[in-house]
Amino acid sequence: MNILELKNLSIFLSGKKILDKLNINFSQNRIYAIVGLNGAGKSTLAYTIMGLSGYRDIQGDIIFEGRSLKDKTITQRAKKGITLGWQEPARYDGLTIKKFIMLSAKEKNNNIVSKVLTQTGLNPVDYLNRAIDKTLSGGERKRIELASILAMKPKLVIFDELDSGIDISSLKRIFDSIKLLKSYGSTIILITHNLEIIKQAGYSFLLCGGKLVLEGNINKIYPYFKNECFICAHKNKPKNKPKNNIK
Amino acid sequence: MRFDELLKLSKEEPILKNKNIAHLAINLNKIVSENSVPGLLLDVKEMKNGVNIKMTVSKDVKIKEPIHLCFGLTHEQALQKINLNILVSKNAKICVIAHCLFPQAIKVKHIMKARIRIKENATYVYKEKHFHGVQGGVKVDAKTIVKLDKRAIYKNTFVLIEGSVGKLNLDYNVTGKEESVAELMTKVSGSGKDIIKVREVNNLIGEKARGVLSSKIAVCDDAKAEVYNVMKATAPYAVGHIDCQEIIQDNGEATSIPIVKVNNSKARITHETAIGSVDQKQLETLMARGLNRNEATKAIIAGLMS
Ligand SMILES: Nc1ncnc2c1ncn2[C@@H]1O[C@H](COP(=O)(O)OP(=O)(O)OP(=O)(O)O)[C@@H](O)[C@H]1O
Ligand SMILES: [Mg+2]
Repeated sequence: MNILELKNLSIFLSGKKILDKLNINFSQNRIYAIVGLNGAGKSTLAYTIMGLSGYRDIQGDIIFEGRSLKDKTITQRAKKGITLGWQEPARYDGLTIKKFIMLSAKEKNNNIVSKVLTQTGLNPVDYLNRAIDKTLSGGERKRIELASILAMKPKLVIFDELDSGIDISSLKRIFDSIKLLKSYGSTIILITHNLEIIKQAGYSFLLCGGKLVLEGNINKIYPYFKNECFICAHKNKPKNKPKNNIK
Repeated sequence: MRFDELLKLSKEEPILKNKNIAHLAINLNKIVSENSVPGLLLDVKEMKNGVNIKMTVSKDVKIKEPIHLCFGLTHEQALQKINLNILVSKNAKICVIAHCLFPQAIKVKHIMKARIRIKENATYVYKEKHFHGVQGGVKVDAKTIVKLDKRAIYKNTFVLIEGSVGKLNLDYNVTGKEESVAELMTKVSGSGKDIIKVREVNNLIGEKARGVLSSKIAVCDDAKAEVYNVMKATAPYAVGHIDCQEIIQDNGEATSIPIVKVNNSKARITHETAIGSVDQKQLETLMARGLNRNEATKAIIAGLMS
């Protein structure tokens, strides 16, 4: 069953078309990657699905579990089970990690915070009572966000560049968390340009200039991304039918 | 309301029964309870509308447990004047926790005048926490003058985030000699028609004196806040910083006036001011976890004020 369907989804920002007639279906409980160069529209797509302010005025539709999200606020979408992991997570002066994760948690029991912190490779003793402020490193903030999402147990989560700020040796832990989310029944969308991340996904979509140009498994997506996109002279201006596209 | 009920609001009522912890509890102008510890001299005189308190910590005395002061009012209408004279002698160290409890206030005026002298190498840590009722009938006028000798340390925290502020007027004047340290933190959350005025002056007159003035203020509804920070450095290697964060919602109004004055080329003062509504990304992150706008805003402000 499709958990999420993008139907002819377009969005204009400052008068510019950033997402261009996207038609994509996501099945339940699978891991997807969304790939594309800088400026392809990946974050915009994530924000549009979450319904952040400034990203609500869409053309086409976004269907979640068979119902349109068009008129739904961020909170309503989150209550339906959709969430987002930011490319650059927010900082909060004074708000402790414990409180933050507790606010996100589906089941508000005392052990949940320690449990999800451990799952993302953070020692609870060192982190529980720290504030999510500028004293945390970028990688630490990414993990805390991941921990909060583990505690939320969403039906659908979009991670915008989950690997940014995470060193290679820690990536495995992060992947374990992704697998854990999958075991909860979550559908996971990973926005990335990292091969290791694409490998985690069973199926990928390649965006260019806000358009979907290719979809398939890693064997199809990665060579194209590497060989065609990296050297592409007309960045983010896709030809109507890219070669190799067996779509 | 009985005084023991009032004390419960401070959540530190059991401490007042501990003989090893110094305390002083005042209801309007009456001493309700008092306990001192070795090295601490408490001299309290009841006046018509309040009390005169002289607190002296002897030389070299370091009191481990915080000294608890409780200035309460079980009344709905009253004028309370507190004169506080504190001397922390050479090498001494104390921490004072003050609870100002006015839960019933409909028309209450609390006037505090504090003079604090911290001698060479001594440390004075003061935390004042207010608990006001919801009627908004409190007027607080507090003036504090602090003199710091060589290497003296003064750390002051003022917190008013429970109940309604009413009218708050805080005025600090701190002067620091060589290598002294002054750190002032003010956290106030205003709503309704609250009026918050904070004035902090820090003079760094000694070589390597340091000072930090921090304020975190939140105002919603029609509340108004004005923070006036002055930091002056006249000695070499004096270092100061002003940090003012104000969050406004609804028709709240916030003003920040930082004044930085340096007349020694080897001194350095910086300031940072941020006034605005709650950060969009902070808000939307919490909303993406299922909180509504109101709940998310509350959590963010509570964090900032914690
Ligand atoms: N509010 C906006 N107004 C106008 N243009 C915008 C706005 N937001 C984004 N864009 C443009 O939309 C395009 C897509 O941006 P987006 O952030 O979605 O890219 P991305 O694929 O996430 O890139 P990156 O890999 O660098 O994160 C970019 O060209 C960007 O400049
Ligand atoms: Mg992006």
